[in-house]
Amino acid sequence: MNWTWFHKLGSPKWFYQWASKWAGKLVWIGLLLLLIGVVWGLAFAPADYQQGNSFRIIYIHVPVAMLAQSCYLAMGIAGFVALVWQMKLAPVFIKSVAVVGAVMAFIALLSGAIWGKPTWGTWWVWDARLTSVLVLFLLYMGVIAIQNALDDQVFADKAVAVVSLVGVINLPIIKYSVEWWNTLHQPATFRLTEKPSMPMEMWLPLLFSALGLYLFSAGIAMWRMQTEVLKRERKANWVKQEVMSDGI
Amino acid sequence: MHPVRKKRMITIGVILVLLSAAIGLVMFALSQNINLFYSPTQIAKGEAPQQVTIRAGGMVVDGSVERQSETLDVAFAVTDYQHQLRIEYRGILPDLFREGQGIVAQGKLDQRGVLIASEVLAKHDEEYMPPEVTEALEQSKQASAQP
Repeated sequence: MNWTWFHKLGSPKWFYQWASKWAGKLVWIGLLLLLIGVVWGLAFAPADYQQGNSFRIIYIHVPVAMLAQSCYLAMGIAGFVALVWQMKLAPVFIKSVAVVGAVMAFIALLSGAIWGKPTWGTWWVWDARLTSVLVLFLLYMGVIAIQNALDDQVFADKAVAVVSLVGVINLPIIKYSVEWWNTLHQPATFRLTEKPSMPMEMWLPLLFSALGLYLFSAGIAMWRMQTEVLKRERKANWVKQEVMSDGI
Repeated sequence: MHPVRKKRMITIGVILVLLSAAIGLVMFALSQNINLFYSPTQIAKGEAPQQVTIRAGGMVVDGSVERQSETLDVAFAVTDYQHQLRIEYRGILPDLFREGQGIVAQGKLDQRGVLIASEVLAKHDEEYMPPEVTEALEQSKQASAQP
């Protein structure tokens, strides 16, 4: 297997130039798909036979909940890379993605509460799914807080990598909480491996908004990483050249 | 692979496995507390305490809902298809409450084994359908029921 791409990721300069090419494109394509999915879902998809229009929150709730988990999984992998290979970009990645993931987890909790009130009859209940997602949100907060609280950058990077890696244990708990325990939250609707439990005209807009949100978040994370790389590599020659070439 | 990296990898792996095992055991030990509600079978077996606030959940049995015309009192039975539990409640039920729907009720068991509920929540399933599809399904069901 060819590992050149993996070793290239070790070079902040190579990453910066690669991200300049792709980040903007990802953000705009993602935004377009997201817009199509959300407008389609909110305005044109048929209403649910039981919940009526309130089910439409699925077009926001499910994509952000998926993103919240995926971001943390990616941070966990980056944490592993940071601890074993001590690659420069891994802590940059964790620091940049943590904020994106925290926002996603927060929107997931908020949209879930807004949907829960008319559907279940309550904003919040301490069932396994809701609680484990709250823990995920707090883990994100912890990562952000540690990164900002410690002055020693090397030490902060290491601490954050450990928290990211250990927090991954929470992800299977979130995923299987609805199967292992009795919960108020229903099992997953959006599955890629099995036949989805909703008809095509409801499922397709969900696919669009989920895909769009993934691309959009990837682009935003890359922008954030670029900024962080510039900050950390401010003494390197290539950064000076990069800044000079922009005419500053 | 570089021996230092290999050593780090093994250390991290061992720590993760131990931590997962510890958390898994804690979860397993607490599983009764993590469960949001007792099923009718658990209550029939006497696993749920009396005179303590608990939650019970199940499907509302078809034809079991009795409403009082003068008050908001309502009584119904829930089932997990093995045992049934009678629930009495005074108050406004959530919109999704209906026969055949999953619900979770919070309340206390009395001596008769009836749950006196103070809160009833509707539990939604993961199936979504447009109304036309449900109508079509019901029509085909009726059509097949007729000889």
